Amino acid sequence: MTDLSPEFSLAELCIAAGADIFRDETPEVFATVIGLVPRLAGSLAKTTFLPGLMMSDGEFYFAAEPVPVGKRNGYVPKKEGRIGYERVFDLIPKGNRHAFVGPVQVDKYGQMNLSCIGDYTAPKVTMLGVRGLPGNTVNNRTSMFFGNHSQRAFVEGEVDMVSGAGYNPARYPNGIYPKGLDHRRIVTNLCVLDFEGDNHAIRVRSLHPGVSFDEVQDNTGFELVRPDNIPETAAPTAKQLAIIAKLDPHNLRAAIFKDNPSGRR
Amino acid sequence: MIDPVIDKTISAADIVASLKDGMTIGIGGWGARRKPMALIREIVKSDLKDLTIAAYGGCDVGMLASARKIKKLIFGFVSLDVIPLEAHFRRARSAGEFEVMEVDEGMFQLGLKAAAQRLDFLPCLAGLGTDVMRHNPDIQIIKSPYSDEHYVAMPAIKLDVALCHVSEADKLGNSFIGGPDVFFDEWFCRAADKAYLTCEHIVDTSAFDDDHKIMRMPIERNLVAGVAEVPFGAHPTSSGPDYGIDVAHLKTYSAAAKDGWGSYVSEFVHSDNYTEKVGGAAHIRSLPLPVF
Repeated sequence: MTDLSPEFSLAELCIAAGADIFRDETPEVFATVIGLVPRLAGSLAKTTFLPGLMMSDGEFYFAAEPVPVGKRNGYVPKKEGRIGYERVFDLIPKGNRHAFVGPVQVDKYGQMNLSCIGDYTAPKVTMLGVRGLPGNTVNNRTSMFFGNHSQRAFVEGEVDMVSGAGYNPARYPNGIYPKGLDHRRIVTNLCVLDFEGDNHAIRVRSLHPGVSFDEVQDNTGFELVRPDNIPETAAPTAKQLAIIAKLDPHNLRAAIFKDNPSGRR
Repeated sequence: MIDPVIDKTISAADIVASLKDGMTIGIGGWGARRKPMALIREIVKSDLKDLTIAAYGGCDVGMLASARKIKKLIFGFVSLDVIPLEAHFRRARSAGEFEVMEVDEGMFQLGLKAAAQRLDFLPCLAGLGTDVMRHNPDIQIIKSPYSDEHYVAMPAIKLDVALCHVSEADKLGNSFIGGPDVFFDEWFCRAADKAYLTCEHIVDTSAFDDDHKIMRMPIERNLVAGVAEVPFGAHPTSSGPDYGIDVAHLKTYSAAAKDGWGSYVSEFVHSDNYTEKVGGAAHIRSLPLPVF
């Protein structure tokens, strides 16, 4: 009998679930993928079902094929154009872009924080700054990865410093969302969330193998939408796992989660 | 009689000596890439104070913060890229040591472009729905004169001075950036009353009669008030293609944020021979370019 269910790690499950975000993307979307899981997810999508996906080499060039992560060992990225920072900022308002990023906090509106925690004038924790999140979120499709699904990340109320905009009508002129506001999915170590509840409320889209809705809810500081039937997050296929291994030749993904746990509990 | 010779060459120390307390200074480069660090070290050594600093920030901002030179910081992020969090910036920001104008990276570019075009503002959507608006009450939202759309009116970021590091320059102020991304250096220079460049090498103007180089010469020479030759002037940040980021040095620098800033300054900033102190020319040239 053919083995249809190979072993996979939680990291690989998240990467495959991340790639799945791009299933309903436009054929030639410009994807900005920040962090190891988003980058491998975008790379997997481009390799398997979305060959037109445009992504950078992480520095300055559009790469014709995904650049393997980590030490290059002689691999030279195959350039197909240039995408310096000025061009990125000039393209963001055009809209055909998907930013898959890793903020520090998110709230029930899908508002994200990457700036600081605590009193704004002298924050308890200073992080990076708002970076491009304000522009991304009102112009581009947004997805997120959280490696530690907890109430510290999925906060009650609003995030400490709203760096990325969300579905909070009180924050917009006349309560009208900008037409580019389009949050898609959140991949975590426990589940995949989307914004397909009423009024873009955050909903559990799939649960990772062995994870219950209650566990996800207990680790979330706001109420999640619970559909009648929640599917299990699709396991990566043998083909996907082989491609992930090529895209990550040094197995950096083994360090995403402590002790590199299996994707099946 | 008109003297036909333009010679803008100057020393790094004299560039900094021309700066005044309270100035608004824009710094080119990005994170840990192509920062005019020799000029930053000169500012650290100087008596300058109460500066408003505008930058896509890295260790330029971190050093100026620990040296207590910053009154106000205009920024979208401060990061060393290879080390995501900038320890000196974090310490100073969490201690409330300076005011901030924190904006989206794209808003920042529009602020420079507005200043460059002598406009009060440029409109954008970025900022809507975020705390950028709450913490910057001076930034206005305007209604379009043509529709019911609302836009953020990103104010001009007018600079007194821009400081940038380039690969080559001539004494007229023409300059060539060898690294792949020129970032926003020309917009910092255009947003400023005066721009000063450090360069790896001063070259003859004829060196720029080259179709490849000309595509990487974004800064108009009439923006440039002075040019200083400072080999390795971007260290410990990168200046592609000549040298990459000195990650080991940045770790030493980051570790000094807690209580070692004084030692770092006396060891490196006040060093008579910085290049030798950080490992020598051959070492810096061997630093690999950043790979992400």
